[in-house]
Amino acid sequence: MNFRAIKVIYANEMMRFWQTFFQSLASPVISTALYFIVFGAAIGSSIDKIEGVSYGLFIVPGLTMLSILTHSISNASFGIFFPKFTGTIYEILSAPISFYEALLGYVGAAASKSLILATVILFTASFFVELQIAHPVWMVSFLVLTCITFSLFGFIIGLWAGNFEKLQVVPLLIITPLVFLGGSFYSISMLPEFWQKVTLFNPVLYLVSGFRWSFFEVSDVSVGTSLMMILVFLSVCLAVVAWMFKTGYRLKQ
Amino acid sequence: MNPIISIDNLCKTYDTGFEALKSVSLDIKEGEILALLGPNGAGKTTLISAICGIVSPSSGTVTVSGKDIIKDFRQTRELIGLVPQELTIGAFETVWSTVNFSRGLFGCKRDEAYLEQLLKDLSLFDKKNDELRALSGGMKRRVLIAKALSHEPKILFLDEPTAGVDVELRKDMWAIVRKLRASGVTIILTTHYIEEAEEIADRVGIINNGELLLVEEKDHLMASLGMKQLILELNEVITSIPELLAEFNLELSENGSSVTYTYDTTEGGANIADVIHAISEAGLVFNDLKISQSSLEDIFVDLVKGAA
Ligand SMILES: Nc1ncnc2c1ncn2[C@@H]1O[C@H](COP(=O)(O)OP(=O)(O)O)[C@@H](O)[C@H]1O
Ligand SMILES: [Mg+2]
Repeated sequence: MNFRAIKVIYANEMMRFWQTFFQSLASPVISTALYFIVFGAAIGSSIDKIEGVSYGLFIVPGLTMLSILTHSISNASFGIFFPKFTGTIYEILSAPISFYEALLGYVGAAASKSLILATVILFTASFFVELQIAHPVWMVSFLVLTCITFSLFGFIIGLWAGNFEKLQVVPLLIITPLVFLGGSFYSISMLPEFWQKVTLFNPVLYLVSGFRWSFFEVSDVSVGTSLMMILVFLSVCLAVVAWMFKTGYRLKQ
Repeated sequence: MNPIISIDNLCKTYDTGFEALKSVSLDIKEGEILALLGPNGAGKTTLISAICGIVSPSSGTVTVSGKDIIKDFRQTRELIGLVPQELTIGAFETVWSTVNFSRGLFGCKRDEAYLEQLLKDLSLFDKKNDELRALSGGMKRRVLIAKALSHEPKILFLDEPTAGVDVELRKDMWAIVRKLRASGVTIILTTHYIEEAEEIADRVGIINNGELLLVEEKDHLMASLGMKQLILELNEVITSIPELLAEFNLELSENGSSVTYTYDTTEGGANIADVIHAISEAGLVFNDLKISQSSLEDIFVDLVKGAA
């Protein structure tokens, strides 16, 4: 293992984040605050408690998920797309490192950024609502697994994308709708039965449900199912990455 | 001595179906400067990229220091530094952080003293803390060289190092190349400037259309393939070459004031003294004499034409 290489790739990816720390975090913090003001205070006051949880509190896990899914994907995909686009990838390809070591550096950095972001969002939320976490270990596990899985997914997209448009299509046109329709801001029991069934096909539902359970012990699907689904998605991403490695997909000609 | 790089029947067909390398075989000797000379699109960059791990070979093998570049890629790549053809470089890092990054990527321990000296040798030290995007093209090229040398490689590839480079950098670059060679580093550079190969290389490989046409010691190449010309400036203008000199195939200049004797140095039999003697016998008086040797350029043009 070339640990030094993993370390420098990781550090290099993180450097830009620290350099622009406040810009990077300002937008998620502001949007979180806005969600709380609009949904929590303004609209939320006229919405009933959901399964015993006030609406402002209920949306915290979903809001956090929305941010970390989109940021994991965009950070990781950009992280690998950019060197491919500018050509600086030559250095990674000609260095004595394996595909997996490079992956560890890039995905590790993207996942770390998402974890920092999640912490900042939860911290911001704590100013607006009385945050309670019933199962902190589960909460952190769900968070870490989600950050890693979606950073890996982002890495795949970054390798696949041939241009900037494609890079943005997935987060914008697929992830955001899935998050909004996946019960991030409501319980699916509030939907008509038909739409409840449809929602079960939305993978984000399982992420949000499990994550929310770790806070309030309320969930749309069982926590075991949530955990299994996220592990399935992680395995799929790993399998795709392994295939990309074997074929040198879009990295080497 | 075993070659440091051994390329055996290397082929590369791109996904487009284009055959960029057609069964190239080449041994590179340790410590030499090899120039790969060829027109644009000849396959020079593809060849280098295959050795360095940027392009996957379609078939054939390459060993570096006896190790296979695919099976033992860690050992082979540690030995190699690459300066790419394009100015592919980051934007927001500083010069200092990017050379440290490169060194770390190759698994080397941090060594500030070495990197400082390297930046000084490349006249980059005062730019140490500048962001890369603020540098001029020439400075970026220097940074790329510094990055390639950051892990103290035994082999250095320079892909068209002087394309679009100013005189000063070019001079510095050759000084660095000579210094590196003196310390035992093997250097492979590509160029389509013949003078460059002529100026610096020990051996020259000529590549065209994905084929390696020949590899020769530079001096030997010029001597063996080069034709020499003996040019005599005459005292008086003549209209035709005297009968007596027919056997030498002399050429008369258009204005009739000089004759040229062209001979092939490989034929050995060329005897300039005989020619000069015969010319005097024939009653021609000359006031000046010069010998010119064909340059690599002439050789190159001949070869490329011959292959086309
Ligand atoms: N990625 C690629 N896909 C298809 N063809 C390529 C690719 N890269 C290079 N080529 C073609 O291969 C040939 C050799 O290119 P290259 O090795 O860059 O030549 P050189 O460096 O000698 O100018 C060119 O005709 C070029 O168009
Ligand atoms: Mg080239």
